[in-house]
Amino acid sequence: MSTELSRRAFLRASALAGGGVLLSSFWEPVEAATKARPAPAPVLNAFIRIQPDGVVTIASKNPEIGQGVKTMLPMLIADELDVEWKQVRVEQVDFDSKRYENQWSGGSAATHNNWLPMRRVGAAGRAMLVAAAAKTWKVPESELTTSKGKVLHGKTGRSIGYGKLAATAATVAPPDLATVKLKDPSQFTIIGTSVPGVDNHAIVTGKPIFGIDVTVPGMKFATFVKCPVFAGKVKSANLDRIRGMPGVHKAFAVEGGSDLEGLLGGVAIVADSFWQAQTARRALEVTWDEGETAKQGTAAFDTRAAALFKEPPHRSIRKDGDVKAALSKAAKVVTAEYRYPFLSHAQLEPQNCTAHFANGKITFWAPTQTPEDGREMVAKVMGIKEDDITIHLIRAGGGFGRRLNNDYMVEAGWIAREAGVPVKLVWTREDDFAHDFFRPGGYHSFTAGLDASGKLTCFRDHFISFGTEKDFAPSAAMGPAEFPARFLSDLALDASVMPLGVPTGALRAPRSNALCFAFQSFLDEVAHATAKDPLEFHRALLSVTPSPPPGPPPTAKPGTPPSPALDPARMLGVLDLVAEKSGWGKKKLARGSGMGVAFYFSHRGHFAEVAQVTVSKKGELTIEKVWVAGDIGSTVINPTNAENQIQGAVLDGISEALGQEMTFEKGRAVQSNFHQYPLLRINQSIPVEVHFRKTDFSPTGLGEPALPPAIPAVTNAIFAATGKRVRSLPLSKHDLSWA
Amino acid sequence: MKYKLKVNGQTRTVEAAEDMPLLWALRDGLDLKGTKFGCGIAQCGACTVLVDGVARRSCITPVSSVGNGNITTIEGLSRDGSHPLQRAWEELDVPQCGYCQAGQIMSAAALLAKTPNPTDDDIDGAMAGNICRCATYLRIRRAIHRATELGKATASAATGSGK
Repeated sequence: MSTELSRRAFLRASALAGGGVLLSSFWEPVEAATKARPAPAPVLNAFIRIQPDGVVTIASKNPEIGQGVKTMLPMLIADELDVEWKQVRVEQVDFDSKRYENQWSGGSAATHNNWLPMRRVGAAGRAMLVAAAAKTWKVPESELTTSKGKVLHGKTGRSIGYGKLAATAATVAPPDLATVKLKDPSQFTIIGTSVPGVDNHAIVTGKPIFGIDVTVPGMKFATFVKCPVFAGKVKSANLDRIRGMPGVHKAFAVEGGSDLEGLLGGVAIVADSFWQAQTARRALEVTWDEGETAKQGTAAFDTRAAALFKEPPHRSIRKDGDVKAALSKAAKVVTAEYRYPFLSHAQLEPQNCTAHFANGKITFWAPTQTPEDGREMVAKVMGIKEDDITIHLIRAGGGFGRRLNNDYMVEAGWIAREAGVPVKLVWTREDDFAHDFFRPGGYHSFTAGLDASGKLTCFRDHFISFGTEKDFAPSAAMGPAEFPARFLSDLALDASVMPLGVPTGALRAPRSNALCFAFQSFLDEVAHATAKDPLEFHRALLSVTPSPPPGPPPTAKPGTPPSPALDPARMLGVLDLVAEKSGWGKKKLARGSGMGVAFYFSHRGHFAEVAQVTVSKKGELTIEKVWVAGDIGSTVINPTNAENQIQGAVLDGISEALGQEMTFEKGRAVQSNFHQYPLLRINQSIPVEVHFRKTDFSPTGLGEPALPPAIPAVTNAIFAATGKRVRSLPLSKHDLSWA
Repeated sequence: MKYKLKVNGQTRTVEAAEDMPLLWALRDGLDLKGTKFGCGIAQCGACTVLVDGVARRSCITPVSSVGNGNITTIEGLSRDGSHPLQRAWEELDVPQCGYCQAGQIMSAAALLAKTPNPTDDDIDGAMAGNICRCATYLRIRRAIHRATELGKATASAATGSGK
């Protein structure tokens, strides 16, 4: 049973003062109607307000973090409503789980989750306006059409604006959302056209729209100094001295807990200005209880990984056939070890949150990707009822997965309550690097067996990651569908783990951003070992019928559909397209120049990418260009943003590959600011040519899936250019010289 | 201490310690929040403002060092967002998260003031101090070229109407 069928969606109309109409769509579980227990309140998932002057206001419910959702979701409604985009105003709504569903941003999921529900809301609104016009003119609805926010009667040449129909529409019975007629895609007027971001004007004129810009009356500024060793505690601090410093309102220690995702120990300083808080901070002296994590570091991780490779794996992720037996029969065996470092999110707006506690209730202004999780944590840590927690969603200066965690929210809440005044907590960049939820590093020992014809017959990976006997650390897992799993009859994916005191979390295209580098590089290596063109090798590998994707985990709710999985026909489609567009195999390149190809399925998107690079004899790398072919289904909803997201994702991947690495010593992060953690700059940006292959599937999201293949496309191109195989990142640590 | 600052054509007074960076005087003292905090060590350019037409990283510029300099922030680049750079940024839909864009535009404004017809190399040279974490660089480059066209069109229209 799909989610779709397990609930009923419906629309309500209400009259607005002055002759407007408010259309609100709700859903409720179907079982509520059939079982003898109290039905939960219906959940609002969208609304449209039509004013008598024809202005249409559409709510945008998800957090905007730069992925364009605040523009995209209203586009879906507006098109089916059949209005002109210039009539539309977009309103960011607050977090309200009683009213809206799926109010979060992550996993490139908004397109998939909202494609039909939002369109149906718009279509139902249009149907009600048509019914209102039929009533007004006393003509059959079948004689009426709509265009650009008007209902038209072709026979008489009459037309009437939606604004004038709004009051009557409020009296019409709403149609059933499950069966409301949607536009044929050929009729779209907004979907598929380029609509610039709705906040662009505010951005280019410097309006205070970000979390860090929030001001509330009586607000003070907080800085929170945590132990540089993760989850360390305050033993003592010179708080009396700090309290006497200019502008300081309060200074106090916070005990904190041991949950890396929750409130950790530290010293809070609350002052009249950010700068006074920072000035006081420079005089702060804290003695820390650093705890066990102080024994951990990158060098020890590397040593332990090397040892674990020599031992039997701790666990099996997937086992098909008998790899050992298959390898003994192989004509050729290829082995290689790969590794990649921890990474930081480095979103440009430092963590911040504003909180006001009064009379047992708390209000947040939070740039978060997951307000519901934030509320749950605040309720748990601070002992405040969820109903007494209000969260205003504020545009975030970048997410990249960092704001899936809500540590800054609980810190701001705790400090605001303790300080007795509203506070804006603003982290420094150094705080941000020291206390990220890092993309975990990882290590892979691959073995591949080939038959005499050069066909890949068996495959094994021993993956060294982090976690406990039971669980992988957050974003440190590998799934049982990791390609070439499902495509080979003898395959084993095994894993061993080591304990980790460093917080980890999702970074744009989590897991995929790392695994794709390792797997797609090794498969390229195997292709070269067979003396086959890598693209031909991939085509052969994808030209078998795969075993079905793994089912949902046993813990999933009954009826959960199987995980989305790589579809070989779609992948072959994008491989062919990128080969054509990049001129793969058709260019004669001099030694030192080369092309590399990689493909990946993630976040429901199929992407294949080709990079062309030149490496000088001395080893200077120039990435010339990247070609991208993506299959995200039938429709690219907002082409301008789609191109922007893909170009950004590819350049982000290249940025990671070139020089980014977080290392740890004595349980603390070594890199502290951008001078030690290089982000790509304009003089390093290279052309990224974007192509889509449209297929009959329902459209899916774009924030993430273009990133993973960019990295191995570049490293595979480096091999083609120089014969040097890049088996670890970042590239800055490699000598690429050749002669 | 009290400092008199010439900001966006007005003289404003701000109370600040002498080592307070101009960034915080603007943001918290004068409520001009378009100028952004990114790194605090002049590595990212989010805090870029113009002082006498030259791009400066306000996060490391002590408020006491500005003196009589004419400060321009993103809020003062134009009255209504009509500066060619702002129009080009909107036309080409440059922003993703948008956080760095005020700093990008201010660096670009300093570039165009000195080099009205920049090449790609000029742009890369002048803009390499500004990080865009979303990597909208390809559009930033195009938008700067587009702004020079829009600027010329505005200038010729202005000349035309003066005749």
